[in-house]
Amino acid sequence: MKWRAVGAIYAFEMARTRRTLTQSIVAPVISTVLYFVVFGAAIGSRITEVEGVSYGSFIVPGLIMLSVLTQSIANASFGIYFPRFTGTIYEILSAPISFFEIVLGYVGAAATKSIILGSIILATAGFIVPLEIAHPFWMALFLVLTAITFSLLGFIIGIWADGFEKLQIVPLLIVTPLTFLGGSFYSISMLPPLWQTVSYFNPVVYLISGFRWSFYELADVSLGVSLGMIAFFLALCLSLIWWIFKTGYRLKS
Amino acid sequence: MRSIISVNNLTKTYAGGFTALKDVSLEIRDGEIFGLLGPNGAGKTTLINIICGIVNPGDGSITVNGHDTIKDYRAARSLIGLVPQELTTDAFETVWHTVNFTRGLFGKASNPGHIEKLLKDLSLWDKKDERLMTLSGGMKRRVLIAKALSHEPQILFLDEPTAGVDVELRKDMWAVVHELRDAGVTIILTTHYIEEAEQMADRIGVINQGEIILVEEKTELMRKLGIKQLALELQGRMTKLPAALKTHKLELAEDGMTLIYTYDTRAERTGITALLNDLGKAGIKFRDIHTTQSSLEDIFVNLVKRAS
Ligand SMILES: Nc1ncnc2c1ncn2[C@@H]1O[C@H](COP(=O)(O)OP(=O)(O)OP(=O)(O)O)[C@@H](O)[C@H]1O
Ligand SMILES: [Mg+2]
Repeated sequence: MKWRAVGAIYAFEMARTRRTLTQSIVAPVISTVLYFVVFGAAIGSRITEVEGVSYGSFIVPGLIMLSVLTQSIANASFGIYFPRFTGTIYEILSAPISFFEIVLGYVGAAATKSIILGSIILATAGFIVPLEIAHPFWMALFLVLTAITFSLLGFIIGIWADGFEKLQIVPLLIVTPLTFLGGSFYSISMLPPLWQTVSYFNPVVYLISGFRWSFYELADVSLGVSLGMIAFFLALCLSLIWWIFKTGYRLKS
Repeated sequence: MRSIISVNNLTKTYAGGFTALKDVSLEIRDGEIFGLLGPNGAGKTTLINIICGIVNPGDGSITVNGHDTIKDYRAARSLIGLVPQELTTDAFETVWHTVNFTRGLFGKASNPGHIEKLLKDLSLWDKKDERLMTLSGGMKRRVLIAKALSHEPQILFLDEPTAGVDVELRKDMWAVVHELRDAGVTIILTTHYIEEAEQMADRIGVINQGEIILVEEKTELMRKLGIKQLALELQGRMTKLPAALKTHKLELAEDGMTLIYTYDTRAERTGITALLNDLGKAGIKFRDIHTTQSSLEDIFVNLVKRAS
């Protein structure tokens, strides 16, 4: 393992975040606060409590997940797409580093950003609504695993995309809707039975459920199922990436 | 001499079905400057990119200092520095960061002294904190050279390093290249400026339509393929070639003051003695005699014409 090379990519990507601080950190924090205002204040005045937790507090885990998911994908996909677009990828491809090290550098940096972002949103939320975290270890584990998994997904999208539109399309048309419909702002049990069944096909439901459980011990599905699902996605993304690098898909002609 | 890069029967067909390299075999010797010449689209960049790991190889194999470029890619690639043909830079990075980044990518511990010397040699030192997007094209080219040399490679690929570069930078660059060669670095350069290969390279390879059509010592090449011309400057103006000289391949220059005799140095007889005899018999007097050898450019154009 060439840690120096991994470190170089990681540091390069983190430096990019610092340069685009507003875009990477400030913007998501502002939009989260807006969600609180809109959902917390408007809907919260109707739904005061969900299973014993005030609505404002109830939506915090979902809001964090929403940002972590979208930002992981955005950061990781852009991180690898941009060098492909400008051509500087030649340097990465001709360096004496393994594909695993390349992924570690890019995905590690993207996941780090998302974790920092999630923590900032958590802290911000703490100022607005009362929070309790019943299982801090599980909370951290879910956060980290989700950040890694979706950064991997972002990496895959960044390699698949052959234009800026495609870069936007998956997050916009798939991930954001799934997150909104994944119980960020409500409990699945609040839906009519048919929609409950439909929801169980939405992978994001399992992530949010597990994450929310680590806060309030409220879950739509059991903890084991949530963990199993996230492990499944992680494995799926890893095998896709393994295939990409084995074939040189979209990287080497 | 020991060879440092061996390309064995390399064939490359791009996804679209275009075969860019056809059964290419090539040995690059340790420590030499190798000039790879060929018209646009000949396959020069493809060959370099495959050796460096940027493009997937098709059939065939390549070793760099004995290391297979696929199985043993780490060892192979760590010896190589590449200056790509295209000017691709990270617009928002500073010169200093981007050069150090490359060194890190190659797994080398940071060495500010080395980078400082490089930037000074390439007249980039006063630009070290500038962002790349603020640099001119020639400056960016220098940055790419600095990046390629940042990890102290044993082999340097220069893919058309002087395209769009002014005289000053060329001088800087050749000074750096000479210094590297003296330090034992092997250099492979592609160029469209044939004088450049003529000046710089020890050996020359010519590639056309994906096939290596010639690899030769430069001096040998010039000698072997060289067509020489003998120019005879006359004492008096001549309006027409005398009939006595018709048997010789002679031409009269437009001003009527010079006779030009073209001969092949490879031929058994150059016919010079006979020509001089006949000139003496015809009573033609001349002021001066000199020979000129065809340039590499002439040779190159001839070769490519003959191949296609
Ligand atoms: N990614 C690619 N996909 C398909 N064809 C390609 C690709 N890259 C290069 N080619 C084709 O392969 C041939 C060789 O290209 P290459 O870039 O190696 O030429 P070159 O000798 O470097 O030319 P130049 O002097 O213009 O730089 C060209 O016909 C080119 O169109
Ligand atoms: Mg080229």
